[in-house]
Amino acid sequence: MSNVFSWFIIIGTVVSLIACFWLVAYANKQRASDKEIQESESHVWDENIRELNNPLPMWWLWLFVGTIIWSAGYLIWFPGLGNFDGVGGWSQEKQYADEVSAAEAQYGPMFAEFGSTAAETLVNNEDAMGIGFSLYQNYCSQCHGSTAQGARGFPNLTDDVWLYGGTPAQIEQSIVAGRTGVMPPLAAVFGSDEAIDEMVSYVQSMPDGLDTSSPAHTKYMQLCVACHGPDGSGMQALGAPSLIDDNWLYGSSPTEIRKSIVEGRNGVMPAHGDLIGADRARILTAYVYSLSN
Amino acid sequence: MKHEKIEKNINLMMVLIVVAISIGGLIEIVPLMLSSDATEPYEGIEPYPALQLAGRDIYVREGCYACHSQQIRPFRSETERYGPYSVAGEFVYDRPFQFGSKRTGPDLARVGKRYSDDWHRIHLINPRDVVPESNMPGYPWLADAMIDGELMKSKLRGLQILGDPYSDEEVAAAPGAVAGKSELDALIAYLQNLGTVRSAR
Repeated sequence: MSNVFSWFIIIGTVVSLIACFWLVAYANKQRASDKEIQESESHVWDENIRELNNPLPMWWLWLFVGTIIWSAGYLIWFPGLGNFDGVGGWSQEKQYADEVSAAEAQYGPMFAEFGSTAAETLVNNEDAMGIGFSLYQNYCSQCHGSTAQGARGFPNLTDDVWLYGGTPAQIEQSIVAGRTGVMPPLAAVFGSDEAIDEMVSYVQSMPDGLDTSSPAHTKYMQLCVACHGPDGSGMQALGAPSLIDDNWLYGSSPTEIRKSIVEGRNGVMPAHGDLIGADRARILTAYVYSLSN
Repeated sequence: MKHEKIEKNINLMMVLIVVAISIGGLIEIVPLMLSSDATEPYEGIEPYPALQLAGRDIYVREGCYACHSQQIRPFRSETERYGPYSVAGEFVYDRPFQFGSKRTGPDLARVGKRYSDDWHRIHLINPRDVVPESNMPGYPWLADAMIDGELMKSKLRGLQILGDPYSDEEVAAAPGAVAGKSELDALIAYLQNLGTVRSAR
């Protein structure tokens, strides 16, 4: 803040305080004269209750004086008068920094220890799992659900089906760096609606065995095989789901399968590395790992 | 001066009341309005692009601020949950700012990039599809209403006149930037940008 404004605030505040004090002192001196009492005819209610400028009750006046003294002390101790920092040395930033460093001193070693422990080991640590639960509820539950069973488009974390892999290293990678699904929109490639319909029913029937006689199978071997594999078991490196299990992230209805093919799917797991840091990411990894192991 | 004199002269009383209540404002508000701490953008903060600005207006229109604050206070309990605390320079292009005063829902000051666009889409249309415990109302009509490009151009020009550093090209490009976008798209674009400039721990 510039010096001009600083002095503007200091002078304004101090003058206001003095003015308040003057007002209290002035109001205390005023007493109604006999003449005023006589002239107060128009301000009389219920025969003898008159409105007059008499002093305020003493207890109230002393309270007022007390608040003025308090504010003077406050402005000396805390920052408030322009650029004056106050003799108490308090500042919002400093209070926050103190709070954080106190927490760091108390919890830092524990987080560092958990952060350098393998997720498979952390799974058996009750404290780490308690922290993991809290972290999960704060950062993950909005998409994956408070019971981790997911929602349409957001994977269930309690089963053994994994889009990008379920080893601790793979889970940690998903948490720290995030993931982006890469199913492209394929409507144009098919040419006709009938061809898409054929593919939809082919994909829907894949869990029951591959129908190699279907014309859609030929198409599958051209268009889908690169990611979903020749046997339809998917590819975790790309996040391509298995099409032969009974797990359908976006639903198994023909409408949803058709939508996946026609419009593509780009499910996003946001990166959390910057948000939670490496130690918490490890704890979270262990917690998520523990949900299905 | 006798109290009676003021009491019986309404014009004098008005003037004195205005003087009395102006002092606090002059001392508390005016220096902040002119001081660089509050008027210079935080490093990396830019005026809202047309689509995000449209989303911000929808945020205001739907009253999101009634349940969601946009101000992370400098307490560890808040920064642990939401990310780094908010600073004045982050809000210089907010007219008016959306600090809010009540958290029925969580603070949104750093919600940008926390969830995917798809999640926001589902969640805004019906929050219970992804968060069964949620008591947030759904906003399905946002998906059907389109953004008016010419209106956004006028809004950008208005902000330009007020001093926001929009270039003439940006103002002219506004209708193109929001063409074919629904109110839902705009609101998501706005939300996905919130607080991202200062998000890392």
